Amino acid sequence: MTAMTLEVHDLGIGGLVRGVSFGIACGERVGLIGESGSGKSLTALSIMGLLPEELAASGSVKLDGRELLGAPEKELSRLRGNEMSMVFQEPMTALNPAMRVGAQVAEPLRIHRNVGKHSEALLASVGLPGVGRAYPHQLSGGQRQRVVLAIALANDPKLLICDEPTTALDVTVQAQILDLILDGVRESALLFITHDLAVVASVCERVLVMLDGEIVEAGTTRDVLTAPQHDYTKKLLAASDLEASR
Amino acid sequence: MRARGLVLGGVLVALVVLAALLSFVWTPFDPVKVDAASRLHDFGGANPLGTDSFGRDVLSQLMVGARTTLYVGVVAVGIAALIGTPLGILAGMSSRRLGEFVMRANDLVLAFPALLLAIMFGAVFGADTLTAMVAIGIATIPSFARIARSGTLQVMSSEFVLAARSAGRSRPNIAARHVLPNISGLLIVQASVSFAIAVLAEAALSFLGFGTRPPTPSWGRMLQESQMFLTLHPRLALVPGVAIAIAVLGFNLLGDGLRDRLDPRLAARP
Repeated sequence: MTAMTLEVHDLGIGGLVRGVSFGIACGERVGLIGESGSGKSLTALSIMGLLPEELAASGSVKLDGRELLGAPEKELSRLRGNEMSMVFQEPMTALNPAMRVGAQVAEPLRIHRNVGKHSEALLASVGLPGVGRAYPHQLSGGQRQRVVLAIALANDPKLLICDEPTTALDVTVQAQILDLILDGVRESALLFITHDLAVVASVCERVLVMLDGEIVEAGTTRDVLTAPQHDYTKKLLAASDLEASR
Repeated sequence: MRARGLVLGGVLVALVVLAALLSFVWTPFDPVKVDAASRLHDFGGANPLGTDSFGRDVLSQLMVGARTTLYVGVVAVGIAALIGTPLGILAGMSSRRLGEFVMRANDLVLAFPALLLAIMFGAVFGADTLTAMVAIGIATIPSFARIARSGTLQVMSSEFVLAARSAGRSRPNIAARHVLPNISGLLIVQASVSFAIAVLAEAALSFLGFGTRPPTPSWGRMLQESQMFLTLHPRLALVPGVAIAIAVLGFNLLGDGLRDRLDPRLAARP
């Protein structure tokens, strides 16, 4: 087995997530699918070390061989936004309404002392040149998600977690955002959470299916989507309007 | 309608500020000069607002008194905001236990009447404007802490704070860059309301003899000195009373107007 960028072993979160294990290699794109409340987002948050106060994670999460669970907050915040970062579902609320987007994009650079890049260049790289002085409410949903993406990709993270990044967007904008994500993670690991099977099919190489806090099926995207083994995956496929399932 | 309140409030507050500023360079008469020959003059004549029982010019006293009024507002609100806001943000951002502790301590201070605290301070440290206002400021800390905490809790539950944390921002950084700017509207409104309350409290304390000491003119003291002549010369009570009403109304209207203007749900997009 090649060295994994992200290794999750026997992850448990307060009974809500149990025995979750998977790995993502450098340059690999892995999808995590499952219905609302199945523990997808909790898994993502526990990798980032951002679980709510009352929840504790057990097991092991390693980024490039370094254990993240139980690591001191100081070390985690050094990694967050630098070696691992996250894109959230709702672009309307993921940006600070009282701050210009240029300043928000510049923050991860400033925090992690990345002097080689400029916020305007980052915004231009997601197709938004010259909007640095705008406030979030002056941008559309798709534009905001681009800003969120620019922030997440600012320091070229080794691991990018996308938590339903396209759910709140319309279909044409979805495609643009997906292209930008794929562009941004060529040399990184990508964990892509969604319940849109069509998006999984177009983005991910491997897929994990989660049900009630456990991974019930895992395999290459082609195998899982064309020959699902678990009943739940079959139901999920039947419920979606994905071509391959018919 | 809303804008009208904001403008009216601004005008009334500006009136008080102008009177205070003008009093530094010019007043019609020396506000503390006693002139027994011209005591208790009525409106008009050489003294537009008349003279008091010591023959001092009421208009001049009123102008210098505006200084005291603004001074007490700034000191009391400054103390309350500078201590209460960080406490509230701390309570909203820290662990549940620490947050609860801060807020219960807060309730303890809140339960203590502000005027009583000021009178105690006056008795212990000697009655003057600053002592009274430090006391009023301390008593106002809980209002700021509560507002700041509830605003902080709301901001902290928003996704952009989660996003900020996932970008590696430290807690102090989030407090300064994300929480504070997003609750500043709430705080400004609280400040204007507290300002009005502090002005009233100073007047009340001066009236009771625990605030501004003579001969420094203060609206509250002018009221107090007028009470002996209330039936003979009601204008002596009327003038500072109206001035206090104008200042309090001005700050309240300004606060209401600012709240409406700063509320993102009501504000028009630029």
